[in-house]
Amino acid sequence: MELEEHLFRREAGRLVAVLTGLFGTQNLALAEDVVQDAFIRALETWKFYGVPKNPSAWLMTTAKRRALDALRRQGTARKFAPEVSRLLESEWTRAPALDAAFDAGGVTDTQLRMMFSCVHPKLPAETQIALILHLLCGFGTDETAAAFLKRPAAMEKRLARAKKTLADSRELFELKGAGDVASRLPAVLRALYLLFNEGYHGASPQTAIRQELCHEAMRLASLLLENPLTTTPPAHALAALMDLDAARLPARRSAGGDLILLVDQDRSLWDKGLIDAGLRHLALAAQGEEMTVYHIEAAIAAEHAAARGIRETDWGAIVSLYETLMRIQPSPVVALNRAIALAQRDGPRAGLEEVGKIADRERLLRYPFYFTAIGEFELRLKNTFKARKAFSTALRLARNPEERRFLQERIARS
Amino acid sequence: MSEFIMLYRRSPEVSRETMGSPEKAQQTMKKWRAWFKDMTDKGQLKSIGQPLEDAGKVIGKKKSVTDGPYAETKDVIGGYSVIEARDLDEAAKIASGCPVIEAGGLVEVRPVRPLNL
Repeated sequence: MELEEHLFRREAGRLVAVLTGLFGTQNLALAEDVVQDAFIRALETWKFYGVPKNPSAWLMTTAKRRALDALRRQGTARKFAPEVSRLLESEWTRAPALDAAFDAGGVTDTQLRMMFSCVHPKLPAETQIALILHLLCGFGTDETAAAFLKRPAAMEKRLARAKKTLADSRELFELKGAGDVASRLPAVLRALYLLFNEGYHGASPQTAIRQELCHEAMRLASLLLENPLTTTPPAHALAALMDLDAARLPARRSAGGDLILLVDQDRSLWDKGLIDAGLRHLALAAQGEEMTVYHIEAAIAAEHAAARGIRETDWGAIVSLYETLMRIQPSPVVALNRAIALAQRDGPRAGLEEVGKIADRERLLRYPFYFTAIGEFELRLKNTFKARKAFSTALRLARNPEERRFLQERIARS
Repeated sequence: MSEFIMLYRRSPEVSRETMGSPEKAQQTMKKWRAWFKDMTDKGQLKSIGQPLEDAGKVIGKKKSVTDGPYAETKDVIGGYSVIEARDLDEAAKIASGCPVIEAGGLVEVRPVRPLNL
Protein backbone atom coordinates (compact mmCIF):
# COMPACT_ATOMS: atom_id res chain seq x y z
CA MET A 1 0.00 0.00 0.00
CA GLU A 2 1.13 3.52 -0.74
CA LEU A 3 1.60 5.91 2.13
CA GLU A 4 -1.24 8.42 2.15
CA GLU A 5 -0.14 12.10 2.07
CA HIS A 6 0.28 13.63 5.53
CA LEU A 7 -0.87 10.40 7.23
CA PHE A 8 1.50 10.82 10.18
CA ARG A 9 0.57 14.44 10.66
CA ARG A 10 -3.13 13.73 10.82
CA GLU A 11 -2.72 10.72 13.08
CA ALA A 12 -0.42 12.69 15.39
CA GLY A 13 -3.21 15.21 15.98
CA ARG A 14 -5.73 12.49 16.78
CA LEU A 15 -3.47 10.43 19.01
CA VAL A 16 -2.02 13.33 21.00
CA ALA A 17 -5.56 14.58 21.68
CA VAL A 18 -6.82 11.19 22.85
CA LEU A 19 -3.84 10.49 25.08
CA THR A 20 -3.92 13.99 26.57
CA GLY A 21 -7.61 13.52 27.25
CA LEU A 22 -6.71 10.41 29.20
CA PHE A 23 -3.52 11.54 30.94
CA GLY A 24 -4.54 15.15 31.64
CA THR A 25 -3.02 18.31 30.14
CA GLN A 26 -0.20 18.33 32.69
CA ASN A 27 1.02 15.11 31.04
CA LEU A 28 0.93 16.46 27.48
CA ALA A 29 4.64 15.76 27.06
CA LEU A 30 4.08 12.10 28.01
CA ALA A 31 1.31 11.89 25.40
CA GLU A 32 3.63 13.37 22.77
CA ASP A 33 6.40 10.92 23.71
CA VAL A 34 4.07 7.95 23.42
CA VAL A 35 2.96 9.10 19.98
CA GLN A 36 6.54 9.64 18.88
CA ASP A 37 7.46 6.13 20.04
CA ALA A 38 4.54 4.67 18.11
CA PHE A 39 5.67 6.54 14.99
CA ILE A 40 9.25 5.31 15.32
CA ARG A 41 7.93 1.76 15.51
CA ALA A 42 5.74 2.34 12.48
CA LEU A 43 8.63 3.76 10.51
CA GLU A 44 11.02 0.95 11.34
CA THR A 45 8.45 -1.77 10.75
CA TRP A 46 6.71 -0.43 7.66
CA LYS A 47 9.88 0.25 5.75
CA PHE A 48 10.47 -3.50 5.62
CA TYR A 49 6.94 -4.88 5.45
CA GLY A 50 5.21 -2.02 3.64
CA VAL A 51 2.33 0.13 4.84
CA PRO A 52 -0.39 -2.00 6.46
CA LYS A 53 -3.92 -2.04 5.05
CA ASN A 54 -5.28 0.10 7.84
CA PRO A 55 -2.38 2.28 8.96
CA SER A 56 -4.55 4.38 11.32
CA ALA A 57 -5.66 1.29 13.23
CA TRP A 58 -2.08 0.00 13.33
CA LEU A 59 -0.84 3.28 14.80
CA MET A 60 -3.68 3.42 17.29
CA THR A 61 -3.04 -0.12 18.56
CA THR A 62 0.66 0.58 18.80
CA ALA A 63 0.09 3.87 20.62
CA LYS A 64 -2.22 2.07 23.03
CA ARG A 65 0.43 -0.54 23.74
CA ARG A 66 3.12 2.11 24.18
CA ALA A 67 0.80 4.02 26.52
CA LEU A 68 0.33 0.89 28.64
CA ASP A 69 4.11 0.40 28.79
CA ALA A 70 4.64 4.01 29.78
CA LEU A 71 2.01 3.77 32.50
CA ARG A 72 3.51 0.56 33.86
CA ARG A 73 6.92 2.16 33.97
CA GLN A 74 5.94 5.41 35.61
CA GLY A 75 2.25 5.27 36.41
CA THR A 76 2.65 5.65 40.15
CA ALA A 77 5.29 8.37 39.85
CA ARG A 78 2.98 10.63 37.90
CA LYS A 79 -0.05 12.56 38.87
CA PHE A 80 -3.10 11.92 36.77
CA ALA A 81 -6.62 13.20 37.27
CA PRO A 82 -8.18 11.35 40.25
CA GLU A 83 -10.87 9.53 38.27
CA VAL A 84 -8.38 8.48 35.61
CA SER A 85 -5.79 7.64 38.24
CA ARG A 86 -7.99 4.93 39.67
CA LEU A 87 -8.42 3.34 36.26
CA LEU A 88 -4.77 3.61 35.34
CA GLU A 89 -3.47 2.26 38.64
CA SER A 90 -4.82 -1.21 38.19
CA GLU A 91 -3.57 -3.59 35.56
CA TRP A 92 -7.17 -4.81 35.11
CA THR A 93 -8.82 -1.51 34.32
CA ARG A 94 -5.95 0.11 32.40
CA ALA A 95 -6.54 -1.59 29.05
CA PRO A 96 -10.33 -1.07 29.05
CA ALA A 97 -9.80 2.60 29.99
CA LEU A 98 -7.50 2.99 27.00
CA ASP A 99 -9.93 1.17 24.71
CA ALA A 100 -12.74 3.49 25.75
CA ALA A 101 -10.61 6.57 25.09
CA PHE A 102 -9.70 5.33 21.62
CA ASP A 103 -13.18 4.46 20.39
CA ALA A 104 -14.31 6.29 17.27
CA GLY A 105 -16.72 8.83 18.77
CA GLY A 106 -14.25 9.48 21.56
CA VAL A 107 -11.52 10.44 19.12
CA THR A 108 -13.55 13.20 17.45
CA ASP A 109 -14.83 14.56 20.75
CA THR A 110 -11.38 14.65 22.30
CA GLN A 111 -10.04 16.52 19.30
CA LEU A 112 -12.80 19.08 19.81
CA ARG A 113 -11.94 19.36 23.50
CA MET A 114 -8.30 19.86 22.55
CA MET A 115 -9.31 22.61 20.10
CA PHE A 116 -11.28 24.37 22.83
CA SER A 117 -8.35 23.99 25.22
CA CYS A 118 -6.00 25.61 22.70
CA VAL A 119 -8.05 28.81 22.58
CA HIS A 120 -7.32 29.44 26.25
CA PRO A 121 -8.29 33.05 27.09
CA LYS A 122 -4.85 33.69 28.58
CA LEU A 123 -3.17 33.03 25.23
CA PRO A 124 -2.87 35.59 22.42
CA ALA A 125 -4.74 34.70 19.23
CA GLU A 126 -1.61 33.90 17.25
CA THR A 127 -0.40 31.50 19.95
CA GLN A 128 -3.79 29.81 20.00
CA ILE A 129 -3.55 29.11 16.29
CA ALA A 130 0.07 27.98 16.57
CA LEU A 131 -0.96 25.55 19.29
CA ILE A 132 -3.81 24.23 17.16
CA LEU A 133 -1.46 23.65 14.24
CA HIS A 134 1.10 22.00 16.47
CA LEU A 135 -1.16 19.79 18.61
CA LEU A 136 -4.15 19.09 16.38
CA CYS A 137 -2.60 19.18 12.94
CA GLY A 138 0.67 17.49 13.91
CA PHE A 139 2.86 20.33 12.61
CA GLY A 140 6.37 20.12 14.07
CA THR A 141 7.89 23.16 15.73
CA ASP A 142 9.73 24.10 12.53
CA GLU A 143 6.63 23.79 10.36
CA THR A 144 4.55 25.78 12.84
CA ALA A 145 7.25 28.46 12.91
CA ALA A 146 7.25 28.56 9.11
CA ALA A 147 3.48 28.99 9.03
CA PHE A 148 3.84 32.16 11.09
CA LEU A 149 7.11 33.37 9.58
CA LYS A 150 8.79 33.02 12.95
CA ARG A 151 12.18 31.61 13.88
CA PRO A 152 11.95 27.99 15.12
CA ALA A 153 13.64 28.83 18.45
CA ALA A 154 11.13 31.61 19.14
CA MET A 155 8.24 29.33 18.22
CA GLU A 156 9.59 26.57 20.45
CA LYS A 157 9.63 28.95 23.42
CA ARG A 158 6.17 30.20 22.66
CA LEU A 159 4.74 26.69 22.34
CA ALA A 160 6.42 25.60 25.57
CA ARG A 161 4.88 28.53 27.45
CA ALA A 162 1.48 27.81 25.92
CA LYS A 163 1.70 24.16 26.95
CA LYS A 164 2.36 25.28 30.53
CA THR A 165 -0.83 27.32 30.39
CA LEU A 166 -2.73 24.23 29.25
CA ALA A 167 -1.08 22.15 31.98
CA ASP A 168 -2.48 24.48 34.64
CA SER A 169 -6.02 23.47 33.68
CA ARG A 170 -5.05 19.81 34.26
CA GLU A 171 -7.88 18.59 32.07
CA LEU A 172 -8.94 19.14 28.50
CA PHE A 173 -11.76 21.66 28.22
CA GLU A 174 -15.11 20.03 28.98
CA LEU A 175 -17.83 20.19 26.33
CA LYS A 176 -20.84 19.09 28.28
CA GLY A 177 -23.36 21.84 27.77
CA ALA A 178 -24.24 24.81 25.60
CA GLY A 179 -22.64 27.13 28.17
CA ASP A 180 -19.20 25.49 27.82
CA VAL A 181 -19.46 25.76 24.06
CA ALA A 182 -20.66 29.36 24.00
CA SER A 183 -17.77 30.55 26.16
CA ARG A 184 -15.10 29.51 23.71
CA LEU A 185 -16.67 28.63 20.33
CA PRO A 186 -16.21 32.19 18.98
CA ALA A 187 -12.48 31.95 19.72
CA VAL A 188 -12.27 28.52 18.06
CA LEU A 189 -14.04 29.83 14.94
CA ARG A 190 -11.79 32.87 14.85
CA ALA A 191 -8.64 30.73 15.12
CA LEU A 192 -9.77 28.46 12.26
CA TYR A 193 -10.76 31.51 10.19
CA LEU A 194 -7.34 33.10 10.67
CA LEU A 195 -5.61 29.81 9.89
CA PHE A 196 -7.58 29.52 6.66
CA ASN A 197 -6.79 33.12 5.69
CA GLU A 198 -3.12 32.63 6.40
CA GLY A 199 -3.17 29.86 3.79
CA TYR A 200 -5.43 31.68 1.35
CA HIS A 201 -3.58 34.98 1.18
CA GLY A 202 -0.92 35.02 3.81
CA ALA A 203 2.29 36.97 3.79
CA SER A 204 4.65 34.05 3.29
CA PRO A 205 7.89 34.96 1.50
CA GLN A 206 7.95 31.58 -0.28
CA THR A 207 4.53 31.36 -1.80
CA ALA A 208 1.30 33.33 -2.00
CA ILE A 209 -1.05 30.39 -1.40
CA ARG A 210 -0.47 27.65 1.13
CA GLN A 211 -3.23 25.16 0.44
CA GLU A 212 -2.27 22.84 3.27
CA LEU A 213 -3.12 25.50 5.85
CA CYS A 214 -6.52 25.95 4.17
CA HIS A 215 -7.10 22.20 4.18
CA GLU A 216 -6.21 21.85 7.85
CA ALA A 217 -8.58 24.67 8.77
CA MET A 218 -11.34 23.02 6.73
CA ARG A 219 -10.72 19.63 8.30
CA LEU A 220 -10.96 21.05 11.83
CA ALA A 221 -14.07 23.04 10.93
CA SER A 222 -15.69 19.83 9.71
CA LEU A 223 -14.96 18.24 13.10
CA LEU A 224 -17.01 21.01 14.71
CA LEU A 225 -19.94 19.97 12.54
CA GLU A 226 -19.73 16.38 13.76
CA ASN A 227 -20.82 17.28 17.28
CA PRO A 228 -24.35 18.60 17.86
CA LEU A 229 -23.13 20.99 20.56
CA THR A 230 -20.69 22.74 18.25
CA THR A 231 -22.85 22.62 15.14
CA THR A 232 -24.06 26.22 15.38
CA PRO A 233 -25.12 28.58 12.56
CA PRO A 234 -21.83 30.55 12.82
CA ALA A 235 -19.90 27.26 12.51
CA HIS A 236 -21.89 26.50 9.34
CA ALA A 237 -21.20 30.01 8.09
CA LEU A 238 -17.47 29.52 8.59
CA ALA A 239 -17.59 26.16 6.79
CA ALA A 240 -19.53 27.82 3.95
CA LEU A 241 -16.97 30.60 3.66
CA MET A 242 -14.07 28.16 3.56
CA ASP A 243 -15.72 25.84 1.01
CA LEU A 244 -16.74 28.68 -1.31
CA ASP A 245 -13.34 30.37 -1.17
CA ALA A 246 -11.44 27.10 -1.47
CA ALA A 247 -13.53 26.25 -4.55
CA ARG A 248 -11.66 29.02 -6.38
CA LEU A 249 -8.18 27.78 -5.40
CA PRO A 250 -7.64 25.67 -8.55
CA ALA A 251 -8.16 28.81 -10.68
CA ARG A 252 -6.04 31.16 -8.59
CA ARG A 253 -2.76 30.01 -10.02
CA SER A 254 -1.78 29.40 -13.62
CA ALA A 255 0.01 26.26 -14.79
CA GLY A 256 3.21 28.29 -14.58
CA GLY A 257 2.44 29.21 -10.97
CA ASP A 258 1.36 32.80 -11.59
CA LEU A 259 -1.33 34.45 -9.50
CA ILE A 260 -4.59 35.06 -11.30
CA LEU A 261 -7.02 37.72 -10.07
CA LEU A 262 -10.71 36.90 -9.74
CA VAL A 263 -11.47 39.00 -12.83
CA ASP A 264 -9.25 36.83 -15.02
CA GLN A 265 -9.98 33.41 -13.53
CA ASP A 266 -11.19 30.51 -15.65
CA ARG A 267 -14.40 29.74 -13.80
CA SER A 268 -14.68 26.26 -15.26
CA LEU A 269 -11.79 25.35 -12.95
CA TRP A 270 -13.77 26.21 -9.83
CA ASP A 271 -14.57 23.17 -7.74
CA LYS A 272 -18.29 22.48 -8.20
CA GLY A 273 -18.44 20.00 -5.32
CA LEU A 274 -17.06 22.55 -2.88
CA ILE A 275 -19.42 25.24 -4.17
CA ASP A 276 -22.40 22.96 -3.57
CA ALA A 277 -21.15 22.03 -0.10
CA GLY A 278 -20.58 25.71 0.67
CA LEU A 279 -24.08 26.68 -0.43
CA ARG A 280 -25.56 23.91 1.71
CA HIS A 281 -23.67 25.20 4.74
CA LEU A 282 -24.74 28.75 3.95
CA ALA A 283 -28.40 27.69 3.96
CA LEU A 284 -27.92 26.01 7.35
CA ALA A 285 -26.06 29.08 8.63
CA ALA A 286 -29.13 31.21 7.98
CA GLN A 287 -31.09 29.48 10.76
CA GLY A 288 -29.69 31.52 13.61
CA GLU A 289 -30.30 35.07 14.69
CA GLU A 290 -26.68 35.99 14.98
CA MET A 291 -25.06 37.65 11.95
CA THR A 292 -21.33 37.03 11.96
CA VAL A 293 -18.47 38.14 9.75
CA TYR A 294 -18.43 34.57 8.41
CA HIS A 295 -22.03 34.88 7.25
CA ILE A 296 -21.29 38.00 5.24
CA GLU A 297 -18.00 36.82 3.80
CA ALA A 298 -19.67 33.53 2.82
CA ALA A 299 -22.51 35.46 1.19
CA ILE A 300 -19.97 37.47 -0.83
CA ALA A 301 -18.21 34.29 -1.91
CA ALA A 302 -21.61 32.81 -2.84
CA GLU A 303 -22.32 35.82 -5.09
CA HIS A 304 -19.09 35.14 -6.96
CA ALA A 305 -19.80 31.41 -7.14
CA ALA A 306 -23.25 32.02 -8.60
CA ALA A 307 -22.06 34.40 -11.33
CA ARG A 308 -21.18 33.12 -14.82
CA GLY A 309 -18.54 35.78 -15.25
CA ILE A 310 -17.28 39.11 -14.02
CA ARG A 311 -19.94 41.01 -16.04
CA GLU A 312 -22.78 38.84 -14.78
CA THR A 313 -21.75 39.35 -11.15
CA ASP A 314 -24.20 41.25 -8.98
CA TRP A 315 -21.71 43.91 -7.86
CA GLY A 316 -24.48 45.94 -6.23
CA ALA A 317 -25.22 43.07 -3.87
CA ILE A 318 -21.52 42.65 -3.13
CA VAL A 319 -21.05 46.36 -2.39
CA SER A 320 -23.91 46.27 0.09
CA LEU A 321 -22.53 43.11 1.74
CA TYR A 322 -19.21 44.90 2.21
CA GLU A 323 -21.13 47.80 3.73
CA THR A 324 -22.68 45.42 6.26
CA LEU A 325 -19.23 44.03 6.96
CA MET A 326 -17.95 47.58 7.55
CA ARG A 327 -20.66 48.02 10.18
CA ILE A 328 -19.87 44.78 12.04
CA GLN A 329 -16.11 44.80 11.74
CA PRO A 330 -14.70 47.89 10.07
CA SER A 331 -11.14 47.73 8.77
CA PRO A 332 -9.18 49.45 6.02
CA VAL A 333 -8.87 46.12 4.14
CA VAL A 334 -12.66 45.67 4.13
CA ALA A 335 -13.01 49.27 2.95
CA LEU A 336 -10.53 48.58 0.15
CA ASN A 337 -12.48 45.50 -0.94
CA ARG A 338 -15.65 47.55 -0.92
CA ALA A 339 -13.96 50.14 -3.16
CA ILE A 340 -12.90 47.40 -5.58
CA ALA A 341 -16.49 46.08 -5.76
CA LEU A 342 -17.74 49.62 -6.19
CA ALA A 343 -15.37 50.16 -9.12
CA GLN A 344 -16.84 47.07 -10.76
CA ARG A 345 -20.32 48.51 -10.32
CA ASP A 346 -19.73 52.23 -11.02
CA GLY A 347 -16.43 52.31 -12.87
CA PRO A 348 -12.77 52.90 -11.99
CA ARG A 349 -13.15 56.62 -11.25
CA ALA A 350 -15.66 55.83 -8.49
CA GLY A 351 -13.25 53.23 -7.18
CA LEU A 352 -10.41 55.73 -6.98
CA GLU A 353 -12.60 58.25 -5.18
CA GLU A 354 -13.67 55.60 -2.70
CA VAL A 355 -10.07 54.55 -2.02
CA GLY A 356 -9.25 58.18 -1.26
CA LYS A 357 -11.95 58.21 1.40
CA ILE A 358 -10.76 55.14 3.33
CA ALA A 359 -10.30 55.96 7.00
CA ASP A 360 -6.96 54.80 8.45
CA ARG A 361 -5.59 54.66 4.93
CA GLU A 362 -2.05 54.85 6.38
CA ARG A 363 -2.51 51.31 7.65
CA LEU A 364 -2.66 50.10 4.06
CA LEU A 365 0.61 51.71 3.04
CA ARG A 366 2.53 48.47 3.53
CA TYR A 367 -0.12 46.30 1.86
CA PRO A 368 0.80 45.56 -1.77
CA PHE A 369 -2.79 45.01 -2.85
CA TYR A 370 -3.72 48.56 -1.87
CA PHE A 371 -1.41 49.93 -4.56
CA THR A 372 -2.34 47.08 -6.90
CA ALA A 373 -5.99 48.17 -6.71
CA ILE A 374 -5.06 51.81 -7.43
CA GLY A 375 -2.91 50.62 -10.35
CA GLU A 376 -5.80 48.61 -11.78
CA PHE A 377 -8.17 51.61 -11.57
CA GLU A 378 -5.64 53.91 -13.24
CA LEU A 379 -4.93 51.34 -15.91
CA ARG A 380 -8.60 51.10 -16.73
CA LEU A 381 -8.72 54.90 -16.93
CA LYS A 382 -5.78 54.67 -19.38
CA ASN A 383 -3.58 56.70 -17.03
CA THR A 384 -0.67 54.43 -17.79
CA PHE A 385 1.92 56.61 -16.07
CA LYS A 386 0.02 56.65 -12.78
CA ALA A 387 -0.80 52.96 -13.13
CA ARG A 388 2.86 52.07 -13.58
CA LYS A 389 3.79 54.18 -10.58
CA ALA A 390 1.23 52.42 -8.36
CA PHE A 391 2.27 48.94 -9.57
CA SER A 392 5.93 49.83 -8.94
CA THR A 393 5.13 50.81 -5.35
CA ALA A 394 3.20 47.56 -4.95
CA LEU A 395 6.16 45.64 -6.37
CA ARG A 396 8.44 47.04 -3.68
CA LEU A 397 5.99 45.79 -1.04
CA ALA A 398 5.38 42.38 -2.65
CA ARG A 399 5.99 39.50 -0.27
CA ASN A 400 6.71 36.51 -2.47
CA PRO A 401 7.77 35.58 -6.02
CA GLU A 402 4.18 35.11 -7.22
CA GLU A 403 3.19 38.61 -6.17
CA ARG A 404 6.36 40.02 -7.74
CA ARG A 405 5.84 38.22 -11.06
CA PHE A 406 2.22 39.32 -11.12
CA LEU A 407 3.17 42.98 -10.62
CA GLN A 408 6.03 42.89 -13.11
CA GLU A 409 3.58 41.63 -15.68
CA ARG A 410 1.18 44.46 -14.76
CA ILE A 411 3.95 47.05 -15.15
CA ALA A 412 4.88 45.62 -18.54
CA ARG A 413 1.25 45.86 -19.64
CA SER A 414 0.71 49.46 -18.51
CA MET B 1 27.58 -12.09 -8.40
CA SER B 2 28.09 -12.28 -4.64
CA GLU B 3 25.80 -11.79 -1.71
CA PHE B 4 26.18 -9.07 0.85
CA ILE B 5 24.36 -8.32 4.06
CA MET B 6 23.61 -4.73 4.95
CA LEU B 7 23.24 -4.07 8.65
CA TYR B 8 21.46 -0.81 9.47
CA ARG B 9 22.98 0.67 12.57
CA ARG B 10 21.65 3.66 14.40
CA SER B 11 21.40 4.91 17.96
CA PRO B 12 17.97 5.36 19.55
CA GLU B 13 18.70 9.11 19.34
CA VAL B 14 18.99 8.86 15.58
CA SER B 15 15.56 7.20 15.49
CA ARG B 16 14.08 10.07 17.45
CA GLU B 17 15.97 12.57 15.33
CA THR B 18 14.52 11.20 12.08
CA MET B 19 11.12 11.43 13.68
CA GLY B 20 11.47 15.10 14.60
CA SER B 21 7.99 15.87 13.38
CA PRO B 22 5.28 13.68 11.86
CA GLU B 23 5.93 15.18 8.44
CA LYS B 24 9.62 14.33 8.76
CA ALA B 25 8.68 10.74 9.64
CA GLN B 26 6.56 10.65 6.51
CA GLN B 27 9.49 11.87 4.39
CA THR B 28 11.86 9.32 5.95
CA MET B 29 9.38 6.54 5.28
CA LYS B 30 9.07 7.63 1.64
CA LYS B 31 12.85 7.67 1.22
CA TRP B 32 13.20 4.12 2.52
CA ARG B 33 10.43 2.77 0.32
CA ALA B 34 11.91 4.54 -2.70
CA TRP B 35 15.37 3.19 -1.92
CA PHE B 36 14.13 -0.40 -1.59
CA LYS B 37 12.11 -0.01 -4.79
CA ASP B 38 15.13 1.32 -6.64
CA MET B 39 17.23 -1.69 -5.56
CA THR B 40 14.39 -4.05 -6.50
CA ASP B 41 14.05 -2.46 -9.96
CA LYS B 42 17.78 -2.85 -10.54
CA GLY B 43 17.68 -6.48 -9.45
CA GLN B 44 20.05 -5.80 -6.56
CA LEU B 45 17.78 -6.68 -3.66
CA LYS B 46 17.93 -10.39 -2.82
CA SER B 47 15.83 -10.08 0.34
CA ILE B 48 14.44 -6.96 1.92
CA GLY B 49 15.21 -8.51 5.30
CA GLN B 50 13.60 -7.71 8.61
CA PRO B 51 13.56 -5.09 11.35
CA LEU B 52 14.97 -6.01 14.76
CA GLU B 53 13.84 -4.94 18.22
CA ASP B 54 16.40 -2.88 20.10
CA ALA B 55 16.09 -4.81 23.33
CA GLY B 56 17.34 -8.39 23.59
CA LYS B 57 19.64 -10.64 25.58
CA VAL B 58 23.35 -11.14 25.21
CA ILE B 59 24.51 -14.60 26.20
CA GLY B 60 28.15 -15.18 27.05
CA LYS B 61 30.47 -17.54 28.79
CA LYS B 62 29.46 -19.12 32.09
CA LYS B 63 25.91 -18.87 30.79
CA SER B 64 25.85 -15.19 31.75
CA VAL B 65 22.82 -13.52 30.24
CA THR B 66 22.65 -9.74 30.10
CA ASP B 67 20.10 -7.37 28.76
CA GLY B 68 21.40 -6.03 25.55
CA PRO B 69 22.45 -5.83 22.85
CA TYR B 70 24.91 -3.32 24.20
CA ALA B 71 23.32 -0.71 26.36
CA GLU B 72 26.42 1.47 26.24
CA THR B 73 26.98 1.18 22.50
CA LYS B 74 25.80 4.01 20.31
CA ASP B 75 24.82 1.94 17.33
CA VAL B 76 22.19 -0.73 17.54
CA ILE B 77 21.31 -2.89 14.55
CA GLY B 78 17.80 -1.86 13.60
CA GLY B 79 17.43 -4.32 10.75
CA TYR B 80 19.14 -5.97 7.81
CA SER B 81 18.74 -6.63 4.09
CA VAL B 82 20.50 -8.92 1.63
CA ILE B 83 21.78 -7.63 -1.71
CA GLU B 84 23.66 -8.97 -4.68
CA ALA B 85 26.65 -7.16 -6.16
CA ARG B 86 29.75 -7.84 -8.21
CA ASP B 87 32.14 -7.01 -5.40
CA LEU B 88 32.41 -5.23 -2.08
CA ASP B 89 32.99 -1.87 -3.77
CA GLU B 90 29.79 -2.13 -5.72
CA ALA B 91 27.89 -3.29 -2.61
CA ALA B 92 29.26 -0.33 -0.66
CA LYS B 93 28.15 1.97 -3.44
CA ILE B 94 24.64 0.57 -3.27
CA ALA B 95 24.64 0.93 0.52
CA SER B 96 25.71 4.57 0.28
CA GLY B 97 22.19 5.45 -0.88
CA CYS B 98 20.63 4.23 2.35
CA PRO B 99 18.48 6.88 4.08
CA VAL B 100 19.81 5.86 7.53
CA ILE B 101 23.10 7.58 6.64
CA GLU B 102 21.44 10.95 6.10
CA ALA B 103 19.90 10.61 9.53
CA GLY B 104 23.26 10.06 11.20
CA GLY B 105 23.27 6.25 11.26
CA LEU B 106 25.59 3.78 9.53
CA VAL B 107 25.31 0.89 7.13
CA GLU B 108 27.67 -1.99 7.62
CA VAL B 109 28.15 -4.06 4.47
CA ARG B 110 29.55 -7.57 4.92
CA PRO B 111 30.17 -10.12 2.17
CA VAL B 112 28.47 -13.42 2.84
CA ARG B 113 31.23 -16.02 2.81
CA PRO B 114 30.40 -18.81 0.38
CA LEU B 115 31.18 -22.45 1.05
CA ASN B 116 33.68 -22.78 -1.76
CA LEU B 117 36.16 -20.09 -2.49
